[in-house]
Amino acid sequence: MPDLSVIWLTLKLAVIVTLLLLALATPLAWWLSQTNSKLKPIIGSLCTLPMVLPPTVLGFYLLLLLGPNSPIGQFSSFIGLGSLPFSFAGIAIACAVHTLPFVVQPLQNSFEAFGKRPLEVAATLRAGPVATFWQVALPLAKPGFFTAAVMGFCHTIGEFGVVLMIGGNIPEQTRVLSIEIYNHVEAMEYAQAHWLAGGMMLVSFIGLLLIYCINYQCSRKQKLYGQSKSKTDANYQAQRRQAA
Amino acid sequence: MSTIDARFRVEHNNFNLDIRLSLPRVGVSALFGPSGSGKTTCLRAMAGLEKLPDSYFAIGDSVWQDSEKDIFVPPHQREIGYVFQEASLFAHLNVRDNLNFGRRRLPVEKRKVKFQNICNILGLTPLLDRPPNTLSGGERQRVAIARALLTSPKLLLMDEPLSALDHALKQEVLPYLERLQQELAIPIIYVSHSPDEVARLADYIAIIKQGKLVKSGVLAEVMLDGEAGMCFYDGRSSMLYAQVLKHKKDHLTELAIGGLTLLVPQISSPVDSHLRCRINAKDVSLCLSPPVDSSISNILPGCVTRIEDSRTPGERIVTVDISATHSLLAMITYASAKRLKLHLGCHVWAQIKSVVVL
Repeated sequence: MPDLSVIWLTLKLAVIVTLLLLALATPLAWWLSQTNSKLKPIIGSLCTLPMVLPPTVLGFYLLLLLGPNSPIGQFSSFIGLGSLPFSFAGIAIACAVHTLPFVVQPLQNSFEAFGKRPLEVAATLRAGPVATFWQVALPLAKPGFFTAAVMGFCHTIGEFGVVLMIGGNIPEQTRVLSIEIYNHVEAMEYAQAHWLAGGMMLVSFIGLLLIYCINYQCSRKQKLYGQSKSKTDANYQAQRRQAA
Repeated sequence: MSTIDARFRVEHNNFNLDIRLSLPRVGVSALFGPSGSGKTTCLRAMAGLEKLPDSYFAIGDSVWQDSEKDIFVPPHQREIGYVFQEASLFAHLNVRDNLNFGRRRLPVEKRKVKFQNICNILGLTPLLDRPPNTLSGGERQRVAIARALLTSPKLLLMDEPLSALDHALKQEVLPYLERLQQELAIPIIYVSHSPDEVARLADYIAIIKQGKLVKSGVLAEVMLDGEAGMCFYDGRSSMLYAQVLKHKKDHLTELAIGGLTLLVPQISSPVDSHLRCRINAKDVSLCLSPPVDSSISNILPGCVTRIEDSRTPGERIVTVDISATHSLLAMITYASAKRLKLHLGCHVWAQIKSVVVL
């Protein structure tokens, strides 16, 4: 049987990183989708950078950035978090940075997908920018949030390089699933490696399957919506019965 | 008099808008003109969706934009309703929640337009629990109109609300719009390029072409004007406001226009109801003496007050005043005008071949 503490630690990490990222990436993605600022391409590129960089490069700089001599490291000691590298908090931050693009992109896409019109409609219905965001933009972007959450979760579960660079291999602290698989393979414990690797394949597959199913549902709804545009209600009902 | 005053000016590289408008605060004012003339830009600027640089917009004493004084009220603080070309209902809300989206933001004492009343006028009561994607195009547009009206706006802006609908759906929505007009005292600014819609709905009209105001005024008067009339691409016509006098036995209805009467094929409107008649210039012919053996039943005496060239060569448009306040347009050939020796002030008989009751 696999070591349950490893699975628990990995799930804890994935949940924390996903929630953290949803909170941070939502305003970021909203800003990117709405702004005409000259900073947009720069911020946009920075947000995508972790996707294309090798995890070692990212891990190396994060190690320097979070290290005890850096301002961030000093700040974390000051507030009592202790040293970030080789700690759970450290790998959570590192995973969040590495996973950022996988959460920002689906959110930004879904904010851009519905266009300016619903926002203009909301404004003419007396909704200020804040109300418009909460009552129109967020509900309309719901499928995007689901995709972002699943992508963020699965990507964090699969995190290897960055965790190894920042967290090392400390049991109950930074030893997550992917690292444990590496350990098992190194020790020629293929049976244990299979348990974990196979389990991970399954979880990731189910996650992606869910995204695809939901996106398919949404696009089908929109298609029906578009087709029925100039048709009468009766026509539409017939069409729907047929589809069912 | 309380008016809506606007001055919009903007210069893009290939589009110039420079317009000064003064519209009445009652009834339907149409912004009419070909596509790309700047009508929608004006409407969006009125709503504050577009912030034009050198502009002014005020309704009564509420100034919503004054570039000189650096005043710009954002759209959500303007008391307007806006109906877009496509219904643009919120897909995540059902009809009832769509309708309440703007209304629930108003303090209770400002909710002058009653929910039930609007649902009745626009026929929405059976649709309230349905999601937007199960509605037909016409139903969706009616919900969008109701949603805008339920914010009890000082001004309702409509951007070609019927253009996305096919002819049958248009005919379905139009009567609702007319009822709205009669039952609610909210001024409407209606953008359209359809002569048909304008003739049916507008009381006041501003004709816009290539970002400039061509002519504005009361619909019936503007339609008599040569330059403005050209913009009605379905041909020159005149507009008469009539009242149903009586329904006669032989499938005819008698209409009163001022002191004159007009016979039209039977219509369903009840006696005393008000309606509009559009008379195409090409359906009116002129005689110098009263025709006695004509099949045409509407023959009215009048006086020629203007003769002008028509868009088609060889044709002339003659304005005939049939009373102090009513005029007809007649399209006759240049040759006929010459043969009859038509001149200003000459007395003629106008034979009206057909009347379009709107």
